[in-house]
Amino acid sequence: MSAIIENHELGGQHVSERIEELRIQDLHAFYGESHALHGIDLTVCQGELVTLLGRNGAGRTTTLRAIVGLIGRRTGSIMVKGTEVINTAPHIIAHLGVGYCPEERGIFASLSVEENLMLPPRVAAGGMSVEELYDMFPNLAERRRSQGTRLSGGEQQMLAMARILRTGANILLLDEITEGLAPVIVDKLTEVLIALKARGYTVVLVEQNFRFAAPLADRHFVMDHGKIVATIRQDELAAKQHIFDKYLSV
Amino acid sequence: MLTDLLGIPPQVLFGQLLLGLINGAFYAVLSLGLAVIFGLLNIVNFSHGALYMLGAFATLALVQFFGIGYWGALVLAPLMVGALGIVIERLLLRRLVGVDHLYGLLLTFGLALVIEGTFVKLFGASGIPYAAPAALSGGVNLGFMFLPWYRAWVVLASVVVCLATWLLFERTKIGAYLRAGTENPKLLQAFGVNVPMLTTLAYGYGVALAAFAGVLAAPITQVNPLMGSNLIIVVFAVVVIGGMGSIIGAIVTGLAMGMIEGLTKVFWPEASATVIFLVMAIVLILRPAGLFGKTA
Repeated sequence: MSAIIENHELGGQHVSERIEELRIQDLHAFYGESHALHGIDLTVCQGELVTLLGRNGAGRTTTLRAIVGLIGRRTGSIMVKGTEVINTAPHIIAHLGVGYCPEERGIFASLSVEENLMLPPRVAAGGMSVEELYDMFPNLAERRRSQGTRLSGGEQQMLAMARILRTGANILLLDEITEGLAPVIVDKLTEVLIALKARGYTVVLVEQNFRFAAPLADRHFVMDHGKIVATIRQDELAAKQHIFDKYLSV
Repeated sequence: MLTDLLGIPPQVLFGQLLLGLINGAFYAVLSLGLAVIFGLLNIVNFSHGALYMLGAFATLALVQFFGIGYWGALVLAPLMVGALGIVIERLLLRRLVGVDHLYGLLLTFGLALVIEGTFVKLFGASGIPYAAPAALSGGVNLGFMFLPWYRAWVVLASVVVCLATWLLFERTKIGAYLRAGTENPKLLQAFGVNVPMLTTLAYGYGVALAAFAGVLAAPITQVNPLMGSNLIIVVFAVVVIGGMGSIIGAIVTGLAMGMIEGLTKVFWPEASATVIFLVMAIVLILRPAGLFGKTA
């Protein structure tokens, strides 16, 4: 339980004293000819929950995809737990303890719910057991024999989360996990994220739903046109409201 | 009896059905290999017929140079040709990831021409006989036809290999990887699965299946450098009917098309060479993704 108190008390203020799980420097990423990220710098420490906020096309999803190695051409530096991965193949990056939940959820139609859940290989010790996960997401237990894509949108999202929690990954990259979901499911995901923070997971959350993200996050990185334009700590939210208004209002 | 009504002796009907089943066994194993390859590589492997032929030639070579007989060849020839497949994938096909499908088609087609051309040059276009294993000589009189044991073995061995492949795909962890890799290889790799290695193994396995069919065929058809190019066109029609990349589709359609061909030989012998293409045309009109294919 001490982890909860520590996280809560520290917030984002003393991050520099803690272990860097992710350090990105001058990251550029390209889709073919188009230059999608223009020099990202960010650091996330162990146990921190940060968000990438911004409008569509600001480069948030691209940042996550670059970290897991799904962007063909990227330059700069991405250190995961102290290992440089800028030229590393995706399957090796995953084994450093990175769990990725893509925006489209990526549930496999030709796999059952349970097969989807069991699919990602273990990347580290200390993942949650299947029982724990079915406890956390009872709907998945009921529908374990169903085809993965027959689940409702909310259930698919839970499956996409659950399957990376099983692997022992402790850096979670979550892309728009609340998108298009009913409020009751969003509440459930809030609960899950609080539980994950308590367990010491490091989380990078790409989010549109500011109301969902604001109370959970230690820091917010505001992105625009492939750059980080502002970093806002949780205790500065009120003071820096104008930044959100400028970059997030549609 | 139905056969009496149609004026066709049951011997002829069942005889052709059984012969059809034997052809169908080859269609099934070959189209299964194509399905495995198409799933992960997204390549229509036009060199499949040539690799099937290499399986039969490997069988010959094993007995001539090493004195290894049929049963040894049944295991070794697929391994040898499969290893060649792995080399082909690593050296050539891997370079085509991300480019238009047409390049994969051209490369594998060119490869087939090179392999077959080389073998015609070396061995001529006439067949070289290969004796069936002694344990499978003779046969059984089924009443309506005489069934050589070797042909019964071909059907049995093919069905066992097809079922084993299906179980591998549907019931094992590696099968889950293969299915997921067919749908979304990038995400699977981001989860920590070595997809490039999986792809190489899938190609090797598909090629090994072709070579396995080649070993089975050696005592039946004689070993001939063009034995694959004759067969492969029908097999592509089978793959289209079953649905590109569908494992169960390849197996069921392969066996069924062999039997439909056999039936046609009874009722309208002249059409038996075209009936599969007719079925293909009808399927393409009604279900463009194939009988077992997923409409994307």
